Amino acid sequence: MSVMGPPSASGRFGEYGGRYVPESLIPACFELERVFTEAWVDPEFIAEYRKILTEYGGRPTPVTELHRFSERLGVRVLLKREDLAHTGSHKINNVVGQALLTRRMGKKRLIAETGAGQHGVATATAAALLGLECVVYMGETDIARQALNVFRMKLLGASVISVTSGSRTLKDAINEAMREWVASVDTTHYCIGSVMGPHPYPYMVREFQRIVGDEAYAQTKEMLGGEVPDYVVACVGGGSNAAGTFAGFADTSAKLIGVEPEGGAAINRGIPGVVHGSRSNLLQDDVGQVLEAHSISAGLDYPGVGPEHSYLASIGRASYAMANDSEVLSALQLLSRLEGIIPALEPAHAIAYVIREAGKEIPLGSTVLVTMSGRGDKDAESVAQILGDNI
Amino acid sequence: MATELVGILEKALSDKKRAGQKILVPYVCGGLGDWIETIHAITEAGADAVEVGIPFSDPIMDGPTIQEASQKALEAGVTPSSILSEIRRADFSIPIAVMTYYNIIHHAGHDRFAKVLADCGVSASIIPDLQLDEATDWIRIADENRVENVLLAAPSTHPDRLRRLAESSRGFVYGVGLMGVTGERTSLAGSASEIARRLKECTEKPVLVGVGVSNAVQAAEVSQVSDGVIVGSALIRRLLRGGGPQTAFEFVRELRKGVDAGLGNSLG
Ligand SMILES: Cc1ncc(COP(=O)(O)O)c(C=O)c1O
Repeated sequence: MSVMGPPSASGRFGEYGGRYVPESLIPACFELERVFTEAWVDPEFIAEYRKILTEYGGRPTPVTELHRFSERLGVRVLLKREDLAHTGSHKINNVVGQALLTRRMGKKRLIAETGAGQHGVATATAAALLGLECVVYMGETDIARQALNVFRMKLLGASVISVTSGSRTLKDAINEAMREWVASVDTTHYCIGSVMGPHPYPYMVREFQRIVGDEAYAQTKEMLGGEVPDYVVACVGGGSNAAGTFAGFADTSAKLIGVEPEGGAAINRGIPGVVHGSRSNLLQDDVGQVLEAHSISAGLDYPGVGPEHSYLASIGRASYAMANDSEVLSALQLLSRLEGIIPALEPAHAIAYVIREAGKEIPLGSTVLVTMSGRGDKDAESVAQILGDNI
Repeated sequence: MATELVGILEKALSDKKRAGQKILVPYVCGGLGDWIETIHAITEAGADAVEVGIPFSDPIMDGPTIQEASQKALEAGVTPSSILSEIRRADFSIPIAVMTYYNIIHHAGHDRFAKVLADCGVSASIIPDLQLDEATDWIRIADENRVENVLLAAPSTHPDRLRRLAESSRGFVYGVGLMGVTGERTSLAGSASEIARRLKECTEKPVLVGVGVSNAVQAAEVSQVSDGVIVGSALIRRLLRGGGPQTAFEFVRELRKGVDAGLGNSLG
């Protein structure tokens, strides 16, 4: 049995997961679970999912060996290039799957939350492709710092709703999307953007993202003469690019490392709690109020994490490190200059970890696969503002 | 289950129901303004029990009005224990049900939270994000501490599940009046009377409808079918717009008249 197999019947990975949602949503969760379970063994569904990701989505994405960067660090770094997937991040893998399920359920409308805007853009894209209506909830703060993606969503025909409650970031966008879903669940599918939410979302989204890890496994095996990388590293917001990547290596000898932002490190600094539908590690105060995260990266600016990551941490199969905002900015610049690849701020966390730990946690001479979950265009403006004349 | 003890809340509401009267349960946000006095005032105005909200940072079943109230209370520094100890001190004369989100209970621990509720004289808990399938352990521990956990039934709940849910609910069964979150609506949703009718068919327990019941006319209308109503946002809006205990008293008295008179009678 795989370390990353299906969850229990109640949607749990060990003690994490479950279905903590209002009663109104229960029938929709059951329906989604049934439809996904059937679709995921239906050769026709899988063929269509793969066809879209190949012919439209640009898969498989390559693995690039980073020669100059590796030489600088003394470890051999391979990059799984989700930045080259259509719409510029791994998010497309998940939304193509969910949009196809939406059609299969006979629903015609998608709602989504977004932080960095990448999931919103991907959802708007899949909606355009399949002729579905699309509404995206986004915190006011994120609308300001990811303006490019807001405009892309609008071009793609989606409506973007500005969320002004709480921290005005991803957490509150999810609250608002959930409230809207309670009211529209008959006609609307909630396309959750990461491995979080009530069962079956954490499992389903990981399965739709495992294409990243499955491809990378085959590609690195080929490149490394039958070996697997010593380390597999990915950034963790909700944890979908990490879960998808880890799924390809869970049953190998590779060490799995998720990198959280220091200001939103649910696994490193949180304790188990329940928000947004599942039980997982959560940043909370001393009575259980959820804390606001603070990260330079809108896509990681979230106080929770997907339940399977809490599980992988609890059994020791994956470990979770942190990177801070300034390390991330340096990493973004170093990778850009040495390799001509501008990462998004999210995967720059994974890069920052490798830079910091090369020769320390990661012994010199090791082989490291890093998932480049998305490209940096969306962050150009806010990074330029922060770096000012220093660049 | 013959051996099951009927709790204080269920007994109070069932007595009322058996006497042929309708049940009125207003919602008050714990920590918002003069909330203790407000509860005394609405008791005097004829409330049969009170639902007291313990504010949570991420109230996903609540619309803008209760979100605003929760936010205000949190900013004023209230905590679950400050609210509970004030309830204990106030020693209200009608049953109190606390409404909060599951993380507050999860964080405290089931045992500890149930004991504190019992200790503070709270009769019941209402947890909108703890649905039947996840509620087993909490219900068991709440039962052990004589705390009645009220389950919510939605218009979308399937018939067989509705029956199981009603059976596991204590105190009363909370029929959610519409597909949506709390907040006032200009008219009563058709689903409100429908969920009441469906619940009445499968349980002897009191059936109250809440969410979207916004005024005396709507309360009267749904009470034609249900055993009573829960009214939250309509009262909270009045309190947020500067109203105090006297405003609450007047509004609850109006609701009381509405449910007592029934539809179409002497609402003027
Ligand atoms: C490029 C990129 N990477 C990572 C993430 C974080 O999400 P997850 O942890 O689910 O992969 C985001 C989220 O917006 C993103 O845009």
